[in-house]
Amino acid sequence: MAVVDLPQWLALAPALLLAATALVLFAFDSINPHTTNRTLFAGTTVVGALASLAVAVWYAAAGVGATGIENYGVIDIMGGQFVVDQLALFFMIVVAVVTALVAVASHDYLRDHAYQAEYYSLLALAATGMSMMAVSNSLVTVFIALELTSLPSYALVAILKDNRGSVEAGLKYFLIGALSSAIFVYGVSLVYGATGSLQLEAIAANLDAAGEMGGLLGLGILMLIGGIAFKTASVPFHFWAPEAYEGAPAPISAFLSSASKAAGFVLAFRVFTTAFPLEATTAVIGVDWTWAFVILAIVTMTLGNFAAATQENVKRMLAYSSIGHAGYVLIGLAALSTPSGDLVMGAAMIHLLVYGFMNTGAFLFVGLAEYWGVGRTFEDYNGLATQAPVACAAMAVFMFSLAGIPPFGGFGSKYLLFSHTIEAAAENTALLAAAAALVINSTLSLYYYSRLVKALWIEEPLRERDALATPTGLYAAIIAAAVVTAVILAAFGPIADVATEAAAAVVG
Amino acid sequence: MMIEALIAVALIGALVTFVAPNRIAGKLAFAISLVPAALSLWLFGAFDGSGNALRGGELAFESQAAWLEIGDYSISWFVGLDGISLPLVVLTTILCTLAIVSSWTPIDERESQFYGLVLFIEAMLIGVFSALDFFLWFVFWEAVLIPMYLLIGIWGGPRRKYAAIKFFVYTNVASLVMFGSFVALVFGLGDVTSFALPEIATAMLEGGPDGLFGLSGTTLASVVFIGLFLGFAVKVPIVPFHTWLPDAHVEAPTPASILLAGVLLKMGTYALLRFNFTMFPDQVETYAVPIAAIAVISVIYGAMLALAQTDLKRIVAYSSVSSMGYVILGLVAYTQFGVGGATFQMISHGLISGLMFMAVGVIYNATHTRMVTDMSGLADRMPIAVGVLIAGAFGYMGLPLMSGFAAEYFIFFGSFGSELLSYSAAFTSLAMFGIVIVAGYLLFALQRTVFGPYRLETDYEVGRAPAHDVASLIVLLGLVILLGVAPDLIFDMITDAIDPIVQGGDL
Repeated sequence: MAVVDLPQWLALAPALLLAATALVLFAFDSINPHTTNRTLFAGTTVVGALASLAVAVWYAAAGVGATGIENYGVIDIMGGQFVVDQLALFFMIVVAVVTALVAVASHDYLRDHAYQAEYYSLLALAATGMSMMAVSNSLVTVFIALELTSLPSYALVAILKDNRGSVEAGLKYFLIGALSSAIFVYGVSLVYGATGSLQLEAIAANLDAAGEMGGLLGLGILMLIGGIAFKTASVPFHFWAPEAYEGAPAPISAFLSSASKAAGFVLAFRVFTTAFPLEATTAVIGVDWTWAFVILAIVTMTLGNFAAATQENVKRMLAYSSIGHAGYVLIGLAALSTPSGDLVMGAAMIHLLVYGFMNTGAFLFVGLAEYWGVGRTFEDYNGLATQAPVACAAMAVFMFSLAGIPPFGGFGSKYLLFSHTIEAAAENTALLAAAAALVINSTLSLYYYSRLVKALWIEEPLRERDALATPTGLYAAIIAAAVVTAVILAAFGPIADVATEAAAAVVG
Repeated sequence: MMIEALIAVALIGALVTFVAPNRIAGKLAFAISLVPAALSLWLFGAFDGSGNALRGGELAFESQAAWLEIGDYSISWFVGLDGISLPLVVLTTILCTLAIVSSWTPIDERESQFYGLVLFIEAMLIGVFSALDFFLWFVFWEAVLIPMYLLIGIWGGPRRKYAAIKFFVYTNVASLVMFGSFVALVFGLGDVTSFALPEIATAMLEGGPDGLFGLSGTTLASVVFIGLFLGFAVKVPIVPFHTWLPDAHVEAPTPASILLAGVLLKMGTYALLRFNFTMFPDQVETYAVPIAAIAVISVIYGAMLALAQTDLKRIVAYSSVSSMGYVILGLVAYTQFGVGGATFQMISHGLISGLMFMAVGVIYNATHTRMVTDMSGLADRMPIAVGVLIAGAFGYMGLPLMSGFAAEYFIFFGSFGSELLSYSAAFTSLAMFGIVIVAGYLLFALQRTVFGPYRLETDYEVGRAPAHDVASLIVLLGLVILLGVAPDLIFDMITDAIDPIVQGGDL
């Protein structure tokens, strides 16, 4: 019903806009390599991210890629190498939102940094990779998008070159990332060997061909899971996360723990629903792969939460909490063996969207604390609310939302996840254990989240502090994230519709 | 849209106050809180509902809008008032305004944050009493916790951190039990398509749940009934789940105590009435005797605990346990006067306990001690405040022409002749004995603190109480006497909403 028929490739516009932003930043830098006009660079990145966000929202609202009678259906690009559907657009929105928030906050965080243009162009490139992960529909494009995300990320983690922690974190992240990339590629090659295809639908169609090589295919799938576990910071490739998040500049920690995790999950959702339809795959490899995710989900959320509860360093606590949340989202894959699998997956997607606001905001608050130079532990944060009540109120919103306390967004998404998992548990009782683990871990998580609120609001400061500055960019990003976290529950109706439809379309 | 307006005014007021300068925050919050107070009084005048909200009654100020779909269940923004919830909304707005006034003296740091949180709590409390969709109701219910946790934790006494976390953990775990039970019930009710409480109540009366996870329908209903009861019992609180209450009360600043005793405890009894006693008539009958026993134990044990205290605030705090026991007894009697009296007691206790906490706060502001043994003869120095305290104490004891008398009379009248509750006469007589202990500890404490020769162990100069404190005390006392003289002001609308539940049972 469009007045003008746009060319098909324009469906990739949200990702292309991010790529263009990176190129524009390169151009600025090559014209004047010595400029450190951070407002220009941050501004350009924000504009690019917001443009990407606007286009993605517009597409999603207009029904681009939606399946249904009045829509054109899923858009295939380059012979099915890329695909734009509602699932892709949903995650492009998440990536664009986080990128915009991070870019706004970085404006102040990197005020004395020498390599402004490099930072923002790497950020835009990584965001492009994440956006491409949402649309990749072949194991080749998946891997390219994965690397396009990873390589700039390594550099971003280590960008504070004079800071030992940052460099060390970058190296660890790089080594584990390289290992997991290798495992992922090996998995890709095994899948190719077994099915003779890389394009996801073609793999699904050729699963029978694997025949006697079922074991090989199973091993390949297991390795793919490993690569995904790295990107989403899930067990067993989670251990880089605390180190990398702690050492990285806080806005980059926010970026990696929110956007990169979401991108890893969209990849998992797409690969496992499209390439390895459950029944056909089980027939070939002899194992139901949802079991892997049931176990990973429970182990990941439990490990993340218990580790988070013992931390003294706020950033490490958030890093482990981020692992815990990956565990919650993994239920979205674990429940795919049941008829209500699409509902659970939709709920997991909503959780990632809400997480994009609340977790980004929380890390940006840590960024603000680093900007103030108050220290890193819970004790160092004591009594900050007397000096900066607005930022601390926002942080309280993030913490309670992460813990799943009403009326914040995190309650809504966890509730959806819980409620649908219970529904799914009627078909697969193992999911009852996952739902119980979700509730128990959520309750436990209140301990360490509220501990931070207590430090900020209730405890007295350990030592006298000078007056705290109010950097505009950081404050703007934190407040924006807090406002959305606080009111998003009101808008859950349409969000849930979009997410559930998007999930139903790929689950089929 | 009136209820939305009430909530919105309080919520926006909270945000404005939060960022206002400390200097003007108290007066600003007071001015803002007058708007919901006036609006709720107008609602009271314009009330045109009838019947019970969950039993097909005519709702006042109803509004409903679709919110989201969770699988097969729809959730909506659904608010409305009936004869049970309207008086509670009015109580909330009035007590919040008075709590703000009573904070002017004791709160001297981070004022804007304090008053912002009080207004936030007010908005959430109005939501709790007016929401008629479970999901929406639960959002408000839980959202009350956070500001109260902060109020106790930041502005409380020496052991405030312990008290705040204890309050938070107890009530939050209870909420979880309650939430899980109710969600299980909704899943078990096969033909329910929404979380709207009236629809669920109707489904419960027309056959009840089909069963879930291998539990039969009746077993599920019983499990859910117990789960909900435990969840709400902590909030009420009922012995043995009461231990968070004295800690929270003693450490909380006066205005938080007023809200805690005056309104937050009523959330528990209101929820018991709305859920357990409206949706599960069969289970009420089955479990009537144990519940009545717990109620009587709460009455007697709470009063005995109060008798053993030497801290004025602790005495008032434990007396709440005892008063809430009466509410439970009235509810489980399941007669018009029993349940109606219990609802009336919620309002009456809200006013009287607010009055008592406020008076104790005024005394503490002047003397800087709450220990009974530290002071005597205060009546000489602060005649009006002490006079109101004594009047409030008599209200507690159930002096005729005060609201406490009407409430307890209704409850005893209703429970004595209850047909549903076995041994109702014995339970009632035992509970009545509680009044003797109440009179005992209150008179004993008053005798030592306010009468006799003037003496104070601390070296503070004790003068007259500030005019604004005296004014709010007198407003509360006026309301207590008004409801005592003319209980029909609210009792008519309460019984109108109660009748469908007890089906016009005897008495």
